[in-house]
Amino acid sequence: MLNKNSIFAANNCTREFGTGKKIVRAVDNTTFSIESGEIVSIVGGSGCGKSVLAKMMLGLYKPTDGTLLYNNAPVTNTKIHWREVQAVFQDPFSCFNQFFTIRSQLKDAFGILQEKPSHKEIEKRIDNALLAVNIKPHEISGKYPFELSGGQMQRMLLARIFILRPKVLIADEPTSMVDACVRANILDYLMKLKEELKMTIVFVTHDIGLAYYVSDRLFIMHNGRIVEQGTPDEVTLSPRSEHTVRLLEDIPEIHRAWIC
Amino acid sequence: MTLFEVEQLSLHYLTRFGEKIHAVTDVSFTMKKGEILGIAGESGCGKSTLVNGLMGLFIPPLYPTDGIVKVAGESLMNRTPEDIRKNVLSRKVSMIPQGAFNALNPTRKIKDIAADVIAAHMKDIDRKAIHTRLRERFDLFGMNTEKVLNSYPIQLTAGERQRSVIGISTLLNPRMVIADEPTSALDVSTQKIVIKMIFNLLEKEIFSTMIFITHELPLLRHVADTIAIMYAGEFVELGTAEQIIFDPRHPYTKALMGAMLSAEAGQKQKKPTAIEGAPPNLAKPITGCRFAERCPVAKPQCHHTKQNMRIIADRQVRCEYAQ
Amino acid sequence: MKLLKNLLKSPMFVAGITLFLGTIILALIGPLTYPITLERVGSQYSTPFGRFFLGTDHLGRDYISLLLRGLRASLYVGFLAGTIATTIGTLLGIYGGFKGGIIDDMINMITNLFIVIPSFVVLILISGSFEDGRSLTLIGLIIGLTTWPWTARAVRAQSAAIKSKDHISLARINGDGTLLVLLKHILPYLASYVFMVFILQVASGILSEAAISMIGLGPLDSISLGTILNQAKNNGALGDGVWWAFIPSTIMITVIVFALYLINTSAEGVFNPRLRK
Repeated sequence: MLNKNSIFAANNCTREFGTGKKIVRAVDNTTFSIESGEIVSIVGGSGCGKSVLAKMMLGLYKPTDGTLLYNNAPVTNTKIHWREVQAVFQDPFSCFNQFFTIRSQLKDAFGILQEKPSHKEIEKRIDNALLAVNIKPHEISGKYPFELSGGQMQRMLLARIFILRPKVLIADEPTSMVDACVRANILDYLMKLKEELKMTIVFVTHDIGLAYYVSDRLFIMHNGRIVEQGTPDEVTLSPRSEHTVRLLEDIPEIHRAWIC
Repeated sequence: MTLFEVEQLSLHYLTRFGEKIHAVTDVSFTMKKGEILGIAGESGCGKSTLVNGLMGLFIPPLYPTDGIVKVAGESLMNRTPEDIRKNVLSRKVSMIPQGAFNALNPTRKIKDIAADVIAAHMKDIDRKAIHTRLRERFDLFGMNTEKVLNSYPIQLTAGERQRSVIGISTLLNPRMVIADEPTSALDVSTQKIVIKMIFNLLEKEIFSTMIFITHELPLLRHVADTIAIMYAGEFVELGTAEQIIFDPRHPYTKALMGAMLSAEAGQKQKKPTAIEGAPPNLAKPITGCRFAERCPVAKPQCHHTKQNMRIIADRQVRCEYAQ
Repeated sequence: MKLLKNLLKSPMFVAGITLFLGTIILALIGPLTYPITLERVGSQYSTPFGRFFLGTDHLGRDYISLLLRGLRASLYVGFLAGTIATTIGTLLGIYGGFKGGIIDDMINMITNLFIVIPSFVVLILISGSFEDGRSLTLIGLIIGLTTWPWTARAVRAQSAAIKSKDHISLARINGDGTLLVLLKHILPYLASYVFMVFILQVASGILSEAAISMIGLGPLDSISLGTILNQAKNNGALGDGVWWAFIPSTIMITVIVFALYLINTSAEGVFNPRLRK
């Protein structure tokens, strides 16, 4: 199962929190691999461990048991890791510090790079990144996070990714706080990132419809375990795990009877 | 027979800086006994403000601007919150809130919270009769009745808590139930259990008329008979569930339907539609169509001609160019 | 700016800040307009409203001069103690709350140790052991060094809550170091809270100094509101019915502390949206 060229390879990767009797196993013996250039979605209900798994790939948590390799090596230096693996989070408003302007916070992103470009280069890259997410630089100049709409804020997080151009993007519920009409826009920008930068994207979501649309492969998580993995059609059209079957049945769809 | 009537209801609230926000404008509909109306819209469209207006519950900073709400011929306008709480809520109109946690007093057991509701509205009923009634009612909810009744809210799962809230809100068999996003905080499996319970209550005729508010259209397809789509404080389309879901006519309804993603066969190739921008600022007066700024088929005159509801294809649409 | 506007809308805050600024102005401007003299100027215990508006003490010194000097000293002690306690408490609390784990446990242990030890007793013991050179600054220092644990504990809880917010994760994947995260991404969120704690620490610093001076362990190099009370007590002013020896300074201490509490309570209403009406 483990491929030499995998960008991420997990072997019995486990993460526990707490000690003694209060120990909680958030991620339980997961084994998987993610190939370069893939879009993989991790789907599951609340408390299934998907966000913890994502934070482990991001290097914010270490596995308590088993291994999680990035490019065949465990993550030791997070600063180097974050040059290549970046994230967008669920709630764009809570992602920015409300005491500083958005532009200055986009500038802060350069802190992770090995060599900071010149002042002029930084401004140019920010402007280009803003244009890439369809925002004119003057629209946000001097503005603070609470002065923008949810859709605009989510695009600011994406602009940050356009600035950093990482190899891997971990997207933790990036569209769950934005309105349905705006959601497709955000997805378009993510696709653009993948096309332009040949990026690997790990999507974390509870929305299987969204995962079905964007991904090359799906992981279904339940109680900390990956209970099923496969292509979107395999997983959603001929599911094998009972948890997947139930998850699919419980989602109200317009073309299918739901409660009989 | 018409049970619930809303005529040209407009509501506004005042911000701390004295600004007037016109959160709901010109909402009209009627409901017969036994009807289920779904109201759908995105965050900030005025759904939750409308809920308070529909109950006649005007607590500053919320004020009625215009219009009338009637339950079984009785007007709910110009009444004090105390009057509404005492004489209307629980029995005539009952509300099911989204967050079960805020609705339940954390220091009391479910059975005590529920018993108080009965005792407050029925004089001369003894404790024992109340508890018998409670058990009978909670037996319908598909939970372990004894365990739930004897628990504090925090000891229950999210699903049990929400079912308890629904049970308590409908204890007195209200004539109308207004459910404000009752399942939005739950995951899909729990949502299904809660909806099943609501269906069971409808079947047992605990209550029969309901307004169900949500931002999730596929859910309304299975719950509602008629659906109203709300945008920037107005109803933009009102029709049967079939009409709205499978044959939308207003550009905004079309956009909402087009933006839906589903994990069904053949849906992977369907590209979801996107609309840039955000709804207009409701603190400023708006002369034209409220959707014009984002509308893919807007005409120049849309920006300054007010749009009114008109009937096309057997449903109401707020767009003079809709076909 | 909006915050200041909202604060000024609260009558309680306006009353508190006016009173407090009044006492500061009195302490700073008073000596410039009033001829201060700490020498004997009249007879022992001259009654007020005569040649000396507030009378004289047992040594025939003018009470207005003594009070103006004492007020300045008390405010100085309060601010010094408040600044020290708030700085130490905030730094330790913010760091412990953010770091978690063993470091947090250790800071917690030290904090709890300081809380358990009755700080006033320590204050008395330390003050008592400095027979010579017990200066005003030393008293302020000692008060500050014994009262920081309350701040540390309160700030720690807040810092631990903010730590799990998304903007902290984002700052970390921006490569920001611990110090930058603490100062830029956590401290501003706690600023209003720290400000309120500081106000309370200043008030309790003034009270502690008054109390310790009252029992005779106050500064030897200057006159504070507490030492005025101590001298009144030592010379039997209470029994002799010399009310002007202790009433004015008691009122002054009460006014300052009352003003600070007014500021704190009203500011809480503005900073904490849940308490807003």
